[in-house]
Amino acid sequence: MADHGNTPSAVSISAQGWSWRHAGRKTPAVRDVGLTVAPGERVLLLGASGSGKSTLLHGLAGVLGDEGQGEQHGSLTLDGRPPGEVRGRAGLVLQDPDSQIVLARVGDEVAFGAENQAVPRDQIWQRVRRALDDVGLEVPLDRSTSALSGGQKQRLALAAVLAMQPGLLLLDEPTANLDPAGVLEVRDAVGRVLDRTGATLVVVEHRVAVWADVVDRVVVLAADGGILADGPPGTVLTDASTRARLAAAGVWLPGHQPSVPTQLSSPGEELLTARGLSVARAKRGPAVLDGVDVALTAGSSLGIVGPNGGGKSTLALTLAGLLPARRGQLEAAPALSRGAGSSPHAWKSAQLVTRIGTVFQEPEHQFLTNRVIDELEFGPRRLGGTDEAAVRRRVDPIAERLRLTSLLQANPFTLSGGEKRRLSVATMLATDPDILVLDEPTFGQDANTWAELVALLAELIQDGGSLLAVTHDQEFTDALGSRLLRVADGRADVEVRP
Amino acid sequence: MASSTAPTQNTSTLRARYQWRVVDIVVASVVAVAVGVVFFAWSAGYTGIAALTGAFPPLAGLYTGGWLIAGVLGGLIIRKPGAAIYCEVLAAAVSALLGTQFGLTTLLSGAIQGVGAELIFLLFLYRRWNLGVALLAGLGAGLALSISENILYNALWAFEWQLMYVVFASISGVIIAGLVSWLAVRALAKTGVLSAFASGRTADV
Amino acid sequence: MSVDVLTPHLTGRLLPRANPLSKLFAAVLVTVVVMLSIDWVSAAVVLVSELLLLPLLGISAWQLLKRTWPLVLAAVVAAYGTALLAEKTGAVLLEFGPILFTQDSVNSGIAIGLRGLAIALPGIFLLTTTDPTDLADALAQKLRMPHRFVLGALAGLRLVGLLVDEWRTLGLARHARGVGFEGNPVARLRNFLGQGFGLIVQAIRRATRLAMAMEARGFGAGDRTWARESTFTRLDLWVCLAGVLIAGTAVAAAVWAGTWNFLIGAS
Repeated sequence: MADHGNTPSAVSISAQGWSWRHAGRKTPAVRDVGLTVAPGERVLLLGASGSGKSTLLHGLAGVLGDEGQGEQHGSLTLDGRPPGEVRGRAGLVLQDPDSQIVLARVGDEVAFGAENQAVPRDQIWQRVRRALDDVGLEVPLDRSTSALSGGQKQRLALAAVLAMQPGLLLLDEPTANLDPAGVLEVRDAVGRVLDRTGATLVVVEHRVAVWADVVDRVVVLAADGGILADGPPGTVLTDASTRARLAAAGVWLPGHQPSVPTQLSSPGEELLTARGLSVARAKRGPAVLDGVDVALTAGSSLGIVGPNGGGKSTLALTLAGLLPARRGQLEAAPALSRGAGSSPHAWKSAQLVTRIGTVFQEPEHQFLTNRVIDELEFGPRRLGGTDEAAVRRRVDPIAERLRLTSLLQANPFTLSGGEKRRLSVATMLATDPDILVLDEPTFGQDANTWAELVALLAELIQDGGSLLAVTHDQEFTDALGSRLLRVADGRADVEVRP
Repeated sequence: MASSTAPTQNTSTLRARYQWRVVDIVVASVVAVAVGVVFFAWSAGYTGIAALTGAFPPLAGLYTGGWLIAGVLGGLIIRKPGAAIYCEVLAAAVSALLGTQFGLTTLLSGAIQGVGAELIFLLFLYRRWNLGVALLAGLGAGLALSISENILYNALWAFEWQLMYVVFASISGVIIAGLVSWLAVRALAKTGVLSAFASGRTADV
Repeated sequence: MSVDVLTPHLTGRLLPRANPLSKLFAAVLVTVVVMLSIDWVSAAVVLVSELLLLPLLGISAWQLLKRTWPLVLAAVVAAYGTALLAEKTGAVLLEFGPILFTQDSVNSGIAIGLRGLAIALPGIFLLTTTDPTDLADALAQKLRMPHRFVLGALAGLRLVGLLVDEWRTLGLARHARGVGFEGNPVARLRNFLGQGFGLIVQAIRRATRLAMAMEARGFGAGDRTWARESTFTRLDLWVCLAGVLIAGTAVAAAVWAGTWNFLIGAS
């Protein structure tokens, strides 16, 4: 790697009839992609879930693995050479900030790629400072990488690939796990970097609006192979038939709101009341939030909003009876407790699931069995449901409603992201809790799954259910007519909606 | 770079069988770390059992299988030479970092126990990964553990007690390290997370 | 509270500056010497030297005890077990049902207990004064261990904190599904195994993604350079000398006192 100059040359991409099938799968993840990207072009790559956007990106980064891991047809090249031979010319940033940081200190992390390219030591540190400067990450080089916020971690990941001086940036939903402030941080950093280096860009992202101003070309992969649409954003995103197909594919389009019913009933009686509540993540350590006063009522929803790291999830888990309150009072009304005692945290697991259900951010955390049907029946059976017919009567309509009927024999871990989310909601509904708590239910979901989820939750509220959601998604809380509890700076205030 | 059969297929498959890829190294490392974390949690709930075996120390051998899981599990997942030793030593290092009473000797113990499992995999030339091999690997690790502990720590025990310790540790190794690891790999393969590994792609685990 | 083992709070001023390899050398040497013989003289010499060096760690006796009490307890348990199971020769000290302690069995127990403490302390010295990243640098650059494995292990260690957090989250998530840490021991064991399985699944997912991110950044392709050079200084000479001195004194004292008792021939 001789290129130690300041501005690396931008990379060109050529794909001809390219397909990739992962080992052990019957159908290819990507089929028949023909694509030419000139040096310096900025491409937003769209497509339905399962159209193979990520696989294409990983192919461009040269990390799909050897013959044991899959089979390719056609050709895919960077500047005319196979991507695996020119690693470092392409820099890949992934969705999950925590799964791509390698080392413990910020400086070492940025230096890692340059070290692997055998760049001489004195040049490495020049590159590190430059890369951190480019992404606007002003922290000491020996800062622990674990201590950064989500947006900072993603900017660190970006700096870490910049230190390799790549001619091509590959971003795989880099902002899907971030709060709104983090999204802008990362997007702006990418824009600055491209303006300075002139590198080629390929970004995969559901939320088109975020990147529409940065890119100059939109490519849409078809679910059944090939390219569906290709052109400048203004053309692709305004063409009626393309828009319709993109919307059907679950892509978030600017100016297109997934349709949901919004008839909402008026709130019913109070189920759970917090007064002067302090919450903390662990038994020791400081409280993250003090003096919370809030009530959950039947037939209504409450959204907990605010920047990340403010204690939103901790508050939700405490209200859900999973974490003990540090101080203050959390009291279940008789309509909710039904003889189990007024403190939710003291309830046994079996009592909890019929009163408060909690859907965690990562569905896999809550999977207990190795078949979808067992997963659905687990709750009803645990409650003493030995009557086979009664269990089926409970579970079947839920499976139907959440479109899981064709998946009943599958292993839960092998489902797609949207299917896992639907299953995790379904398992909670199976025990018919009065209150449903959801942690970031719409993170990383495409527009179709989003609309489906909102419709289902709206129905639950209409039927008298009480909903509590930790979320950054304003469209979500708007669609459900949620009251808002804003958490920031150690306080939680109920926000009055106009 | 269309996929094609390499002319030197024999050497390339041989290399594929015995050489570590990056994903092998990283997954082996993280599995070892995760097992280290699980058994740190296990130890936290172990206080009561320790008090019980205090009356008859060789019984503690029954518990030791837990510490042997890293090697057998790592070997079964990665299927590469050295995987059992590497995972067992790294899991030992994690438990040392999280705090343990045995100091640097954990690393030595880890290496010895890893070798016990590794020898069994070697005996089958890294070609067989069925239940029998898994149980034998657990046994190998249990024997390595108990014999080395007898020499290093229980040296002053009367011989019959040492023998009982070997028997208990071997049983524990076969059941906890051998059987549990084998069941775990089979269940892991079904979740699809092992798709990058031969252990996740072959149904005959 | 999350656990960040890779950026530990190092204590003391002097020892963190020494190269991890010299500390490792001294600690291993001392540990090996104590392990080679089961006698109270060599164990006591090493233990006293270690205690004299404790001020170098720069932490108070109370903090040290808070950190090391399990180790003290383990030494006591080991001493008790040996006194109970060793050959029963010499005068009877206590007889109570099946329990019999004699002069010789109690002496053996004391030797084992002292030895246990003397073995554990070098680990404390190393852990409280060494940054794992520095250790990895030294292992790969100075000992020439294969860098792919050293860095792979280091990357795995960074996930300890994440996995500890994930373990807690898994516990809560499963409680919400109706499987809490409650009920009889069998149910608890099953729940523990299930939670352990859940953790391994997440660990492998993370690891596979991490491996991809590392490969995309050119890891494992060939020779590499190191942004930070691992170096030896005069301090390292002193650290090694201290190790040799403690080990040598222990052996000499035990041989002179006639208590040296080579391991394999013991019992």
